[in-house]
Amino acid sequence: MLALGLVLVGGMSLAALLAPWLSPYDPNAINVDALLLTPSFAHPLGTDALGRDVLSRILHGGRVSLWVGFVAVGISTAIGLALGLVSGYFGRLVDEVIMRGVDVMLCFPSFFLILAVIAFLEPSLTNIMIVIGLTSWMGVARLVRAEAMALRGRDFVLAARVAGAGPARIILRHILPNALAPVLVSATLGVAGAILVESSLSFLGLGVQPPDASWGNMLMDGKEVLEVAPWLSVFPGVAILLTVLGYNLLGESLRDILDPRLRR
Amino acid sequence: MRIVSRILLKLAWVAVVFFGITVISFWVIHLAPGKPTDLQTTLNPGASAVARERLEKLYGLDQPIHVQYGQWLGRMVKLDFGRSMSGDSRPVWDKIKERLPLTFGMNVVSLFLTLAVAIPIGVAAAWRQGGAFDRISTVVVFIGFAMPGFWLALLLMLLLGIVWPVLPISGLTSMGFEKLSFWGKAWDLIRHLALPVFLYTFGSLAGMSRFMRASMLEVLRQDYILTARAKGLPARTVIFRHAMRNALLPVITLLGLSVPGLIGGSVIIESIFALPGLGQLFYQAVMSRDYPLIMGSLVLGAVLTLLGNLLADLGYGLADPRIRAGGRKGGAQ
Repeated sequence: MLALGLVLVGGMSLAALLAPWLSPYDPNAINVDALLLTPSFAHPLGTDALGRDVLSRILHGGRVSLWVGFVAVGISTAIGLALGLVSGYFGRLVDEVIMRGVDVMLCFPSFFLILAVIAFLEPSLTNIMIVIGLTSWMGVARLVRAEAMALRGRDFVLAARVAGAGPARIILRHILPNALAPVLVSATLGVAGAILVESSLSFLGLGVQPPDASWGNMLMDGKEVLEVAPWLSVFPGVAILLTVLGYNLLGESLRDILDPRLRR
Repeated sequence: MRIVSRILLKLAWVAVVFFGITVISFWVIHLAPGKPTDLQTTLNPGASAVARERLEKLYGLDQPIHVQYGQWLGRMVKLDFGRSMSGDSRPVWDKIKERLPLTFGMNVVSLFLTLAVAIPIGVAAAWRQGGAFDRISTVVVFIGFAMPGFWLALLLMLLLGIVWPVLPISGLTSMGFEKLSFWGKAWDLIRHLALPVFLYTFGSLAGMSRFMRASMLEVLRQDYILTARAKGLPARTVIFRHAMRNALLPVITLLGLSVPGLIGGSVIIESIFALPGLGQLFYQAVMSRDYPLIMGSLVLGAVLTLLGNLLADLGYGLADPRIRAGGRKGGAQ
């Protein structure tokens, strides 16, 4: 499981990173002499309705997906960590207020909210990343809170407090490092989730805007010519599937490795 | 007494969450740059600044935002969500009402299908953890998790609508639907909704079966299962009488929590299959910046979610004798 996850994540990251060098064509170059070509030696995955090379667009689309995944998860993890640590360490009223806020956010039909916000703010890559990040921190917050509450009463925290360390120092130096393992797992799984949301948005035309390629908007274009050029609706989906699968496998194996309670 | 106070507390909490959701939705939507009047004025070169102001006044957009929210809240408690800002300017509630049954119906049907498939999968996988069935179902579940619903929709449309055309892939009814007999109509609807309902079901299947498996594993580890097996009860009794009933409890909670996801998923599925449901309505509302309609849909989504949570809570209480007995903590943990 771990090996397959690593291979998929590593392979996809490498492909995205090296996209400018690996791509046989300019991903946005329109070629009216090569419209909707079936996969061939010159175009391994065929061309789309504007004669653009599908392989090159998938490689460049991968950059978008991974970038969105990482930044969105960075934002949600930062928010979740901060709120979870504060909530778990201080407890009482602070905890009550923050956790009720988490409940409110969890009750949101968040995809509705994301759609509305993106449509209002103009769909740009930055907006997508921020909005996905702002609507997906609740899981991390709950996780970190539980860890912080468990660690708060431990002897080494008590020792630090006796030695005169303030709350900020205790949280950052003593609790945070010990609470990171589950965060790593949830961040890995979060990348997969963010990639799925981004591709859904792009599929609805509210994500990455043309001419730039993303897997979601390639599938949107593919839907228009489903009957004459089915390969346009196949390959970008395979890319999403493999990437998301890779992050999920990696996340689950990390969980098994990091959580000794699950080892049998 | 304890039960009554529990319910009251829960209801108060629901009210607070509902208030929070409407406040956040209202602020986010109204603070975003751009106004619905833009579409009617900037796209229309004949519209003057005066006309624009008049339009804004008509919708109350010239007022400060907290005043607008107050007005909106005041009307909302009377189920008056205002009128749609689109061309037909019909009451929002009417527009939502006529689309609710389709989306709601599809989700309820798929929920039952999901449970009917996911629970046996989870139970069987957990009973022989690491066995052939467990391994195969785990692989399938992982692929299910990673499969974007809209992509699967495209593949199925390609396969069952184009390559091997057995199912209609767009809309709710065929041409000449009115002329069909009752059963003809029912069959036509079923054929049109088969793919969407399958996709809804597939979407929640992976999560639900995985959750059921985990819950079942947890229960199978308990001492009372060991006791049941040690005293020689047949496997069927142990699974269905002792283990499954306890393992089902957390699933009830998950059902309540899955409502927002289902509502979100309806946007994609309904727009792919051109189904006139709530998701499609919301998508159109977002695209035309129809404030009252967007707010109405968000509120409805929130109400459905809260309702789901409440029902799950209630169901949990009814199913768990420890809670039914009066909410006293303790007992087997």
